[in-house]
Amino acid sequence: MKRIGVFLCHCGSNIAGTVDIDRLQEAVRKMPGVVYVEQNKYTCSEPGQEQIRKGIKEHRLERVVVAACSPRMHENTFRRTVESAGLNPYLLEIANVREHCSWVHRDREEATAKAIDLVRRAVAKVVFNRPLQKARIPVEKRALVIGGGIAGIQAALDIADAGHEVWLVEKEPSIGGRMAQLDKTFPTLDCSLCILTPKMVDVAQHPNIRLLTYSLVENVSGYVGNFQVTIRKRARSVDEAKCTGCGTCWAKCPHKVPSEFDLGLGQRKVIYVPFPQAVPNKPVIDREHCVYFKTGKCRVCERFCPTGAIDFTQEDELITERFGAIVVATGFDLFDHSRYGEYGAGRDPDIISGLHFERLVNASGPTEGKIRRPSDGKVPRSVVFVTCVGSRDDHKGVSYCSRVCCMYTAKHAILLSEKVPGCRSYVFYMDMRTPGKGYEEFYKRSQEMGTRYVRGRVARIFREGDHLVVQGEDTLLGRKVVVEADMVVLATGITPRRDAGELARTLGISYDQYAFFNEAHPKLRPVETNTAGIYLAGACQGPKDIPDAVAQASGAAAKVTAMFSKDTLTADPLIATVNEAICSGCMWCKPICPYRAIDEKIITERVRGRTVSRRVATVNAGLCQGCGACTVACRDGAMNLLGFSNEQVLAEVEALCR
Amino acid sequence: MKYAYFPGCSLSGTAREYDRSTRAVARALGLDLEEIPDWSCCGATSAHATDKLLSLALPARSLARADRMGLDVVAPCAACFNRLRTTVHAVRSDARVADEIREVLGEEYGARSQVYALPDVIVNRYGLDNIAPRLKKSLGGMKVACYYGCLLVRPSAITAFDDPEDPQTLDRLVRALGGEPVVWPAKTECCGASLSITRTRVVWQLAAQILTAAQKAGAEAIVVACPFCQSNLDMRQVQAQKWSGRRWNIPVYYFTQLLGVALGLSPGELGLESHFVDPLGVLRQKALV
Repeated sequence: MKRIGVFLCHCGSNIAGTVDIDRLQEAVRKMPGVVYVEQNKYTCSEPGQEQIRKGIKEHRLERVVVAACSPRMHENTFRRTVESAGLNPYLLEIANVREHCSWVHRDREEATAKAIDLVRRAVAKVVFNRPLQKARIPVEKRALVIGGGIAGIQAALDIADAGHEVWLVEKEPSIGGRMAQLDKTFPTLDCSLCILTPKMVDVAQHPNIRLLTYSLVENVSGYVGNFQVTIRKRARSVDEAKCTGCGTCWAKCPHKVPSEFDLGLGQRKVIYVPFPQAVPNKPVIDREHCVYFKTGKCRVCERFCPTGAIDFTQEDELITERFGAIVVATGFDLFDHSRYGEYGAGRDPDIISGLHFERLVNASGPTEGKIRRPSDGKVPRSVVFVTCVGSRDDHKGVSYCSRVCCMYTAKHAILLSEKVPGCRSYVFYMDMRTPGKGYEEFYKRSQEMGTRYVRGRVARIFREGDHLVVQGEDTLLGRKVVVEADMVVLATGITPRRDAGELARTLGISYDQYAFFNEAHPKLRPVETNTAGIYLAGACQGPKDIPDAVAQASGAAAKVTAMFSKDTLTADPLIATVNEAICSGCMWCKPICPYRAIDEKIITERVRGRTVSRRVATVNAGLCQGCGACTVACRDGAMNLLGFSNEQVLAEVEALCR
Repeated sequence: MKYAYFPGCSLSGTAREYDRSTRAVARALGLDLEEIPDWSCCGATSAHATDKLLSLALPARSLARADRMGLDVVAPCAACFNRLRTTVHAVRSDARVADEIREVLGEEYGARSQVYALPDVIVNRYGLDNIAPRLKKSLGGMKVACYYGCLLVRPSAITAFDDPEDPQTLDRLVRALGGEPVVWPAKTECCGASLSITRTRVVWQLAAQILTAAQKAGAEAIVVACPFCQSNLDMRQVQAQKWSGRRWNIPVYYFTQLLGVALGLSPGELGLESHFVDPLGVLRQKALV
């Protein structure tokens, strides 16, 4: 029998207030193998840990059990403690008598009895613990950033500035993302592109950044430190090496289609850059609409290109590269207000979204910055803004608050009163939410500039001849209000990208009910995912304004550079192993593994003097997360989870059923 | 296609023409309607304002009969549809309520039969594609305001067949009949319903708003799928004109009547003679009668 020491923690009164520690100690003393029991007020404190070290040395302990809080809190602390006393850190077991016992029970008798059971379970298991060694895996010091909006740009620049190679992949022809579509930013009214373009140029010129625009991440395999990623670089139909971005091709191209960048309010050519400050300033041919690709005639761009850069024969290119870490910064989409029948179901041209308004105010937008309503180009004399369209609406939209709409609506009202003096503006709101530096002051400023704020929902918006009628309620006055407006701006909420779920499955990361990517911990690990080596930045994780997106991006970059500061990573040894002698090679474990960590291999062995080859399962130590699903699926009992082996678990069950 | 038919009280009283046109249209379409034997009042509109259990038990009595017929139910009246469907929903989602209702009824009731609104049955279940080949006349671009009122599409969690704010079922039908459904803001406003009897002035006011909105949108006619909506907009129209000083003179049809006209049925078969605002003028203009 192994010599076992048990350390009982009071956790102040957290445990001792409910569990009778003295009685627990008496019971533990009688358990088989236990040669030493001790209690501490705070076992995690320095003196408490010293007691463990002393106990191990003086009583020649071979196994240690600590009865305290959840292993999620202090398992690592106590592993280091026993390691410093010369024991293998995996010869420790924790009995959780706080979260699983004292915190959830009131009755002292019953809680004490349960604590005794929990410790007996740990003692029974620890007998079968084996020394385990951490594996070391090499790190590929190259990062992949997916998404070239402000979050992706910031993350890429920070990692590159730390001296590491970064690939930035963007699906649009230019980086810049949503921020490039905005006119001004709240609460300072900085011109959005003026503060963004220097960073975009930095990305283009940075020696450590390789920029792939018009490209998609197609496949991801591997694991932390060693991801293997396939990227599809879509055919631009323009040779980037030859193109100088002179603009002749898109000036001469005879065909126009609605511009995605201007949300259909303006038009672009079929060969185009999305906006004048695009990075890279190299056009793409939209093959779906290009007359040459449809009919075989035209080639105007090719004829006028002074450098011969047009290449109609270009094909998609698949690039595979290895990366040590991935930052996901794919941004957001906007809620589609056509789901609101009472707000015109998206059919009235003068009922627009906030992002449409940004394009109407912007100097490089379809109206060159003059606010004109889309239907007839008239300058509006009265504009109604409606907040919370899609947000905070359990019935037609989403339950959450999109965080930016109150502020961008205040900004729109200010821009409107600056650009169209004397224009009446109304904001219908449920609550004004202004938590941020300078935000409340900014909201006040818009009130002072004459915007009328009406607390209440808008019930219906409909057209009556030349104008729109907005019916709503002023809940402060308790009265129905009717406002005539030339244009209505709906502050539509932030939603995940429509293809977010698909990307999450490609990456093997989890997402919430809306398809925002999940952080590893909502408070303490906000930039990591539950998949080691993959980090989050920006609105793909949840609604965010620019400063928050930038801060999170820098946080993700710091995590990546910290990881890249080491040459190897240590891997948790609590993973599945195959007993090849009894594995029948049925491979039932393979489809069950959620981390794609199990593969097959052929082994050769000598049976009765003859050499035979047969198939067995093998576990990739880098990918295995130790979930144990394969051990349950294995029909031969050949699959075992180190640290939670079949014999350990059975010993626990037996101890609890006694 | 066969349904258990729940006409409800209005259709044997003030809305007799809705019953007549429904049966005539069903015959023309080959839609089999079997009246629920010994059906009773659904309780609208007074039961649910007085006693919740009573408001569920009254429809349950008729629905139990439909269960035994083994047929889903169609109810032309929007109020009946709403009360019946609410009962099915309550019994299916709450076992305690279901037990209470069975105890009150003194008979088994399992909410096996679902309840559908008549526009839902004709437009979505029977289907516009099946109606098209049977049409004999076109409405000739008649501008029609489709009026749904409160009870047909709300609450949407229970009615569950169209957008509660911008319903389209009747609009799609009118378009299929060769009419032009107008875009107008009052399609789900309230007509005042039974306040017609107790506080008539309120109904004048509400009807005036609805009729004015239809007129502004250029509607030549209004179609409805509810006896209250019809009588408040039709019967009260003259009084509302006097009260408000406006003039509308807009005929208010049950959707089955316009469908019947397009199917080639005669005004008599469709009960068109029993309206207050002349229903035939517009139809004559379009050479439909």
